[in-house]
Amino acid sequence: MKELDFETDFQNKIDSEIKIEPKDWMPESYRKTLIRQISQHAHSEIVGMLPEGNWITRAPSLKRKAILLAKVQDEAGHGLYLYSAAETLGISRDQMVSDLHSGKAKYSSIFNYPATSWADMGAVGWLVDGAAIMNQVALCRASYGPYARAMVRICKEESFHQRQGYDIMMKLCAGTAEQKQMAQDALNRWWWPSLMMFGPNDENSPNSAQSMKWRIKRFSNDDLRQKFVDATVEQAEILGIKIPDDNLKWNETKKGYDFSEIDWTEFNQVVAGNGPCNKQRLKARVDAWDKGAWVREAALAYAEKKAVAIKEKAVA
Amino acid sequence: MNNTEWPLWEVFIRSRQGLNHKHVGSLHAADQDMAIENARDVYTRRQEGVSIWVVESKHIVASDPAQGDSLFEPAANKIYRHPTFYQLPDAIKHM
Ligand SMILES: [Fe+2]
Ligand SMILES: [Fe+2]
Repeated sequence: MKELDFETDFQNKIDSEIKIEPKDWMPESYRKTLIRQISQHAHSEIVGMLPEGNWITRAPSLKRKAILLAKVQDEAGHGLYLYSAAETLGISRDQMVSDLHSGKAKYSSIFNYPATSWADMGAVGWLVDGAAIMNQVALCRASYGPYARAMVRICKEESFHQRQGYDIMMKLCAGTAEQKQMAQDALNRWWWPSLMMFGPNDENSPNSAQSMKWRIKRFSNDDLRQKFVDATVEQAEILGIKIPDDNLKWNETKKGYDFSEIDWTEFNQVVAGNGPCNKQRLKARVDAWDKGAWVREAALAYAEKKAVAIKEKAVA
Repeated sequence: MNNTEWPLWEVFIRSRQGLNHKHVGSLHAADQDMAIENARDVYTRRQEGVSIWVVESKHIVASDPAQGDSLFEPAANKIYRHPTFYQLPDAIKHM
C-alpha cells in the first residue's frame, strides 16, 4: 500500500469507530499529537497530587485523612495508566519525565494555584475533579485503544473524587458561619481557574479541528465548559454559596447559563510559567526524582544480582 | 538523566475465580516481586482481582497487524465449522 492508501484506510477506521492499536499504522502527526496529549495528561495527574498531598497530614479527622490519602493515591494510579498508554506509542518513561522537568512538556495550569485552606480540598474535589470528569468522560471513546482504556479506568475512579470534595463542602456549609465562609472563599478562588481548565475559546483553539477528526477530542472546549457550568450552578445553590460571577444567569433560548468572559491574560500568564506555584510544583517533582535516584539504582542493582544468582543456581 | 529505567511489565488480572486472566495494562518494576506488588497497587485498589500475572514486556511475541489478513484468512471460508451451516429437518426441535 502507498502512504496515501494507508492514510485513507486509517481515517476510514476512525470514521467507523474502529480503535487504533499500538502496532497499527498511524500518521506520524497522530502519534506525536497523542504523545503530547497523553503525557501532558499523565503529568497533570502526577503534579495534581501536590496541592492535595500537602493537606494529608493536616486533614481534620482520621476519616478525612484516609479518604484524602486514597484520593491522592488514585491520582498516582491515573498518572501511571496514562504514562504506560503513552509508552505504547514509542516514547520512554524517562523521556517523558525529562520533558516535564525541563519544562518542555506542560501539565494542567490548575495545579499552579495554591491550596491554602482545608476548604480547598473540598473545592478541588468538587470543581477541579468535576471539570476533569467532563473532559475525561468524552475521552473514554477516544480513537486510540490504550488511551481509551486508560480513560475508562480513570473515569470509574473519578466520581468518588468529586463526591468526597462535595462532601467536604457540604460539611463546611452546614457548620459555623466561619466554616461556611471558608467554603465560599475556596469557591471564589477555584471557580475561574476551574473554567480555564477547558482551555482557550473555540476560535482560539487552532488544533481542535484535526483532533476532532482523529477523535482524540470529542467536544469543543466551549461546549465542555458550558456543560460544566450548567451542572455546577445547582450544586452551589444547594450548598448555599455563591458562584463569583455577577453575570451568571439562565438563558432560556440556549437552555444554559450565560457567564462572564474568562480573564485570558491570567490564563496565559499561568501557562507561560508565571502562576503562583509553577516554580514550586516543578521543583517538588525534580527534587523527588533526584532524591529517589539512589532507590531506583539500588533496586535495579539488587534485581540484577538476584537474576545472576538464579542463573548460577540453574547451571549448578 | 541517567539510563536506569526499570523494565516494563505487562499485567494480567483474574477478576474473579473462574474467569481468565485479562490484560489490564503495564508498569515499570525492577524485578518480578516488585512487579506483582506494583500491579496490586496500580490495578487492584478496589478489589478488581484475585490473582495477578506479570510478564516482562520484551517476552511478549505479537502477530503483525499488517499480516492480519493473511494470518486469519484460512478461517474465513470454513463456514462449515459453525452449527448454523447445517440444515435440520423441522421435526427436530433440539440438537
Ligand atoms: Fe485523576
Ligand atoms: Fe481525580
